[in-house]
Amino acid sequence: MSGELYEVISAVGETIIGNRQMLTDLDAAIGDGDHGINMARGFEAVKAKLQTLETESDIGKVLKTVGMTLISSVGGAAGPLYGTAFLRAAVPSQGKTELDVETIGLMLEAAIAGIKERGKATTGEKTMLDALVPAHEAFQDGAKTGKSVIECLELACEAAQQGVEFTKTIIATKGRASYLGERSRGHQDPGATSSYIMLKALLEHLRRQ
Amino acid sequence: MVGVVIVSHSQKVAEGIREMALQMSAPEQKIIAAGGMADGGIGTDAFQVSEAIIAANTGDGVAVMVDLGSAVLSTETAFEFLDEELRANVQIADAPILEGAISAVVEASLGSALAAVIATAEGARALKKC
Repeated sequence: MSGELYEVISAVGETIIGNRQMLTDLDAAIGDGDHGINMARGFEAVKAKLQTLETESDIGKVLKTVGMTLISSVGGAAGPLYGTAFLRAAVPSQGKTELDVETIGLMLEAAIAGIKERGKATTGEKTMLDALVPAHEAFQDGAKTGKSVIECLELACEAAQQGVEFTKTIIATKGRASYLGERSRGHQDPGATSSYIMLKALLEHLRRQ
Repeated sequence: MVGVVIVSHSQKVAEGIREMALQMSAPEQKIIAAGGMADGGIGTDAFQVSEAIIAANTGDGVAVMVDLGSAVLSTETAFEFLDEELRANVQIADAPILEGAISAVVEASLGSALAAVIATAEGARALKKC
């Protein structure tokens, strides 16, 4: 695997692992309190798996491996959801060794379609989609006006952060949090939060390059 | 004979239900437990589920019994890893996992088709306890 690709995925993984407690605390408020633990377990497994991909430069193949690893190691609903997202993002990036704005836009679109299909969910249900869908829209707005990858990701992160804020205002209708109904209002969604921090980690890593 | 797969977040739950269901089944009935994570932790693993479905299939299809939440998502993800023929012949029962598994196994052991096994498993939702 190219050094840069390895570093990007490691940076995203380390951010999730570093935010384990915060994600778990958010989930304890409205879910079953394992989102941080599960996601950290998944990305620990990804970290171990990446060592076996040292010579792989195909971004699609690496993302496919990340997706498969998350599916088999996360344990909770985030495993099939993020796993499917990475598997779907692997399709437009198949055979590529570098990413441009257009490809990243397609990857986000494919990932979101996968999450919607797997979770039978849409925006406004207090899920990761409330961060990812506005992020993708903002990214595409940037792409249309000819902005760079970093500029588009800045717009995407800003929109994802607002999406996380928006999840505080609505009630959950999907997953464990939906059992709480009205009581889920006022809490930010852990899945939207993990989506946002992954995008943010990606942006910050690219900014450092 | 339709195979039955039991998907629980807990390995012990899946194996315990399998143990009970075996009491009610024909000797050649396939009942495969797919519980917990590879490290024994609580959770569901789509790859373990897809392997269990393959192991449970003798050509007549597979009924999958699930517990909560992500067991459904993992099982639906597992379907994606199956070849098309098997994918068309596997179904999740909308049933309580223990009662559903036992009902499914009784029906499957009679040699019924997948649709009948699923219907019987789902009928277990109506079982009254008091």
